[in-house]
Amino acid sequence: MSLIPSVPVADNLLAARELMAFTLGFHIILACVGVALPAMMLVAEFKGRRNDDEVALDLAKRWSKAAAVLFAVGAVTGTVLSFEMGLLWPHFMERFGDVFGTGFAIEGIFFFTEAIFIAIYIYGWKRIDGWKHWWTGVPIVIAGVGGAFSVVAVNSWMNQPQGFALDGSGNPTGVSPLSALFNPATVYEFPHMLLAAYMVVGFGLASIYAIAMLRSPAKRNDRRHRLGLLIPLTVAALLTPVQIFVGDVAARGVADHQPAKFAGFECIYETGPDQTEWLGGICTDDEVKWGIGIPGLDSMLVGFSTDTVVTGLDQIPDDEEPPAHTLLHLAFDTMVGIGFALLALGGWLAFYWWRKRDFPATKWFLRAVALSGIGAVVAMEAGWIVTEVGRQPWIVQGLMRTEDAVTSAGGLWFVLVGAIALYAGLGAIAVVSLRRIASRREPGADVGAGLPYGPPAKEPDR
Amino acid sequence: MSKPDVVAAILVAGATLYAIFGGADFGAGVWELLAARTPDRSLRQRIEQRVALSLGPVWEANHVWLIFTLVVLWTGFPDAFAPIMETLYVPLALAAVGIVLRGSGFAFGHSLGDVGAQRAHVVFSVSSLITPFFLGCVVGAIAAGDVEAGGSGDALGWIGPLPILVGVLFVASCAYIAAVFLLDDCRRAGDEELSEYFLRRSIAAAVIVGALAAVGLIVLRADARGIFDGLFDEGLPFVIASVVFGLVTLVGLVRGWSRALRPLAIGAVVALVAGWAVAQFPYLLPDTLTVADGAGDGGALTALIVVFIVALVTVVPSLALLFRLAQRQALE
Repeated sequence: MSLIPSVPVADNLLAARELMAFTLGFHIILACVGVALPAMMLVAEFKGRRNDDEVALDLAKRWSKAAAVLFAVGAVTGTVLSFEMGLLWPHFMERFGDVFGTGFAIEGIFFFTEAIFIAIYIYGWKRIDGWKHWWTGVPIVIAGVGGAFSVVAVNSWMNQPQGFALDGSGNPTGVSPLSALFNPATVYEFPHMLLAAYMVVGFGLASIYAIAMLRSPAKRNDRRHRLGLLIPLTVAALLTPVQIFVGDVAARGVADHQPAKFAGFECIYETGPDQTEWLGGICTDDEVKWGIGIPGLDSMLVGFSTDTVVTGLDQIPDDEEPPAHTLLHLAFDTMVGIGFALLALGGWLAFYWWRKRDFPATKWFLRAVALSGIGAVVAMEAGWIVTEVGRQPWIVQGLMRTEDAVTSAGGLWFVLVGAIALYAGLGAIAVVSLRRIASRREPGADVGAGLPYGPPAKEPDR
Repeated sequence: MSKPDVVAAILVAGATLYAIFGGADFGAGVWELLAARTPDRSLRQRIEQRVALSLGPVWEANHVWLIFTLVVLWTGFPDAFAPIMETLYVPLALAAVGIVLRGSGFAFGHSLGDVGAQRAHVVFSVSSLITPFFLGCVVGAIAAGDVEAGGSGDALGWIGPLPILVGVLFVASCAYIAAVFLLDDCRRAGDEELSEYFLRRSIAAAVIVGALAAVGLIVLRADARGIFDGLFDEGLPFVIASVVFGLVTLVGLVRGWSRALRPLAIGAVVALVAGWAVAQFPYLLPDTLTVADGAGDGGALTALIVVFIVALVTVVPSLALLFRLAQRQALE
């Protein structure tokens, strides 16, 4: 007889979803760093090697240190997620694990490659010369892209399941892993997330230098700070318009493939043409309150004509409607709003650069850059809320309900509290640790010393 | 060999690699923990230094094998993965906590400096003990038949003689492998004093592992008769090989061999895991689910086999490069 009683599903479902959302939301930021920070450091090293630019090389070294610490933490939070897949959603894994699992197996190879080459890259600062060292960083960047693809493809599959048939008892047969991974949603979800990762890291890194310049005006003329701001900011600013285009394609894809999700976050109640696009507002049971409505724009965006018929919630069975329309709607608007704000920031930089061949080192520009980092993170998290909450009540769109996937194990609320405490500590220590790395005077002297993957300092520093 | 059998072999290969490389990593943490009370401060620092030198660069790569094993399990054998997760969530969650703490201890162990680094070290070494113990409990509980196909089982069923014993055996094996690896590194680096230190510990660990394995057989006979019988039937060659490897390693330790020690210790572990796997075969979950019945769809199995081959082709050369760089560093 069990001493720990099984708990009712409804109670477990919410706890499991919160736990998954929290740990995934935490990990995704570190995943962005793993995917995109190596590219930034390679850009800096490239500049450094080509122009014999010591400052650029110094930046690359500093960033590789930060990458090492954050990669180690991300590896841990990622491992936790692979446990959670089974611990929280055993019935999902039982039924569909063989359909999408290949994606994670492929991700394993990329992750391995990334882990190995990040170590080689950091070790290599002292042991591999010149351009050869730069090339040891290239596999890290490629593995980051590949890893992002294979994981996001699995999420896309949950939105657009394919690559199998169902037998009489509802279990998948005739599995085609490639078809599962290359589902219609992958086409827009993967580039959307990849670009998001580069934007989070680009704006995030730039914002650190912007904050430093705001705090001490002398740093505004320090070449290392200027370069540290400009390299990532330029990359992110160049990618922002591309991201807005991809996001637009993605929204149309969702309107086609997951009309319930689309109607949920756009707050469309009745199916028909001439749909109003609502900016902000609260979605009640039958209308949007306090929002700014632009008549016909929603139909226009979906089908390039106000005559486009958009499916409303009236067509969705009650028990298949996504929950929390207001949350979805505001999350979507937040993401799009921040996207356009970042586009404006990029435009500001481009305009100024065009006129003066410099970036505007004014207080207001630096303030905007300082905010852009947190903004990019918020936009990305909001996007994940839209796609994940928007898919509910399904874990696999149309095929399996989340409530049927959840574990019967007890004590999840307790675990949730523990996880929040543990991760809060982890985040705090990570920040302290990164600040210490940043404050070291001469990173060039002993790169890699005292780092994960790196050789330890010859003399313990105490 | 059928397709599910091939995937089962890949699963065992992944678990074996994790046992060796992850094991050496956990074991190093265990030795740090045991050295923590040494009054000789400089000795303690040298041990920490040695562990960092030997493990630093390969740390992450060592632990990817766990993720790999999990993924192969859920893709290849989803019907076994789900009940394992739903039944043994307590030790699994505790192992996951151990992994989080250990990884953070590792990540921040050197970048925090002074007091922070000290604390990170303590966290690292304590969780090095916890994690393999609970992973061992999971393996022991599966062997004891606590996990049933299609069931969610008894959440506390893993608290029994066999799981606990396997947990302790896992910790001891990790310590043994780590001691041999570290000893080898010390000898190559010409550090006589530390060599002597790890020599004594390698021998002690070898004896303890042997004793635990012997006790394990008695418990196994009582709690997992099928596997016990299997070990003395199809598994016998592996059991003998493991004992021989173990004894030869012991001889090598005493006689001061260097180069052969690592392969010998690895051989003992490989033979042990393989023997266990052969003894448990054809069961994934003893007595309720076989490899053939628990296998996922054929298309997924084929994909896994292909991915495994690609992994070998791409990962092994880069891993070799990394190990070489690390070894060179360890000698500096």
